[in-house]
Amino acid sequence: MKIPLPARFRTPVLLMAGLTLLVALATAIGSEQLNFTLTEMLIRMIVVIGLYMFVGNSGIMSFGHIGFMGIGAYVTAWATLAPEWKQVMLQGLPAFLQEHTYPFPVAVLASGLVAAGVALILGAAIMRLNGLAASIATFAFLAIVYSVYSNWESVTGGTSSVIGIPTVVGPWTAVAFACLAVVAAYAFQVSRYGLMLRASRDDEVAAQSSSVDIVRVRLVAFVCSAFLVGMGGALYAHFLGVLTTDAFYLALSFVTLSMLVVGGIGSLTGAVAGTLAVTLIVEILRACERGFALGGAQISLPRGSQEIGLGLALALVLIFRPAGISRSREL
Amino acid sequence: MINLAQNLIDALSLGSLYALVALGIGLLFSILRLINLAHGDFITVGAFALIVPSMEVTAQLAIGALNPVLLIPSIALIVVIVALMTDWAVFRPLRRAPQPSMMIASFAVSYIIQNGLIMIYGARPKNVNLWPALTGQLSIGPLRIATLQIVTIVVTLVLMAGLALFLKRTSYGIQMRAAAEDFRMARYLGVRGNLVIGMAFGISGALASAVSLLFLSQTGSLETGLGVPLALFGLVAVVIGGMGSLVGAVVGGFLVGFIVTLLQAYLPPDLRSFRDAFAFTFVIAILLWRPAGLIRAKAFDQRV
Repeated sequence: MKIPLPARFRTPVLLMAGLTLLVALATAIGSEQLNFTLTEMLIRMIVVIGLYMFVGNSGIMSFGHIGFMGIGAYVTAWATLAPEWKQVMLQGLPAFLQEHTYPFPVAVLASGLVAAGVALILGAAIMRLNGLAASIATFAFLAIVYSVYSNWESVTGGTSSVIGIPTVVGPWTAVAFACLAVVAAYAFQVSRYGLMLRASRDDEVAAQSSSVDIVRVRLVAFVCSAFLVGMGGALYAHFLGVLTTDAFYLALSFVTLSMLVVGGIGSLTGAVAGTLAVTLIVEILRACERGFALGGAQISLPRGSQEIGLGLALALVLIFRPAGISRSREL
Repeated sequence: MINLAQNLIDALSLGSLYALVALGIGLLFSILRLINLAHGDFITVGAFALIVPSMEVTAQLAIGALNPVLLIPSIALIVVIVALMTDWAVFRPLRRAPQPSMMIASFAVSYIIQNGLIMIYGARPKNVNLWPALTGQLSIGPLRIATLQIVTIVVTLVLMAGLALFLKRTSYGIQMRAAAEDFRMARYLGVRGNLVIGMAFGISGALASAVSLLFLSQTGSLETGLGVPLALFGLVAVVIGGMGSLVGAVVGGFLVGFIVTLLQAYLPPDLRSFRDAFAFTFVIAILLWRPAGLIRAKAFDQRV
């Protein structure tokens, strides 16, 4: 069947339609567990799409994007928690945050903006390094965010969790933002900047000699992607209602990077497909860890199988299908 | 004055540890162009190999109870085997893969090792008292130096000297240096690629095992994430030293050790818990000043 769509908009429209259909089906079934998994997956998808926007287009690995997610999550917590709670637990907050609460859309937008601002400062510094060194610098950035947020008791509550964030995000809100992320990422990759960045990824020297300002286009992508990831972090906070700094460290970095790589680093379709595939793998392994009855005997995989299984899946994809399940092509 | 001397010794001993980590990472990078994020987990494996595998909270020493003459080679052997196995299972099939893919693969190895250790040993930290005889102090005049710091510095110097001799004087060492200079050309001239890479993994693993023992006898606490911060500082040391240069890795390691120690000593107390954040910020600042690192490896300049 030929789809009668202008080729230019085909990928985002198909992706958005698919996601919306998925949510419509899942909410029709109406299982609470399913809704929970689906919402979490969609929020991670926003983060993975944000990650793709930089990593996929520039070819530079980033381990630091979960740091932006954490930054976004805490910003929305500061903005939306009840003032009474903040005055007791987060005494270091400035008055405009401590004494007021802000509505959800403002808070989410602010989360994205703050993350983008941090990315601008960090990126201005590290985008001048070569790709590998920049990757390690993003790793160091993740460690900085983790160490600062775990120790800054008066503002983040330190290692104790922040509770009572209004849980307003369900599958429909999440899918709306996911669609927004799809549109944003697609618009970026077909834009002038996106094309210049992809050229620099494929051949740095050739791009440079065609007067592409590599540092600048990388920086633009870094900031835009941090904006999406920061919003993703805010949605995550409004989905869980509870924040700890441990949630935004290596484990989540690994999961989101695996999603991108398994799907295919080089395409938006890959980012979306990878999130779906990895969520499926993880949920199946999780179910096996809980155990199932087989002929009267209870069989279950030992705890930790889920993580090890995901690690193996990623290694296998890298070895046998390096361009990911989407082959890094668009729909 | 005494205070300064004390801080200098602290910095030297911490710096030695980071230099060893950075050497292990830098060696693999110079030959394979692999940024091995799993290096820290090699260190963790070496530390956990000392005790009886169990989920119990109290650790029982197995290899760790042996005489050091047996203990050190056994731990080194275990870590070297783990390192060679990861090469065989993961990195060998990825020899022609682009660098970011190899880096992601090493992240996967790291994740698998960490969660494998949790599966076998449980997630709770355990106390291990390795070599209590080394916890004493030496007094030189008013200066008091922990024996362990001296041991760390001496071991590092011996290992570095040994590695330097190996690389400069033996045939295998020269082959490794040739491979680091230009891998393809070295192979044309009869250097066996997989042998050289295997040796690099082996030496990297042996260096990691030395770090395991030195670090564990300092902290006495076993946890599955033990190697992560070490590897992170080691990676950063490799970058500021100049990627691809082993001398750079050592210089970077000591520099990071000095920065961390001086921050610990001279930061106001209420900022001290942000020490690592300051250290990393400082490192990024160094990179702004010299994006290619302190010592530039010529083989890594991009040729057009």
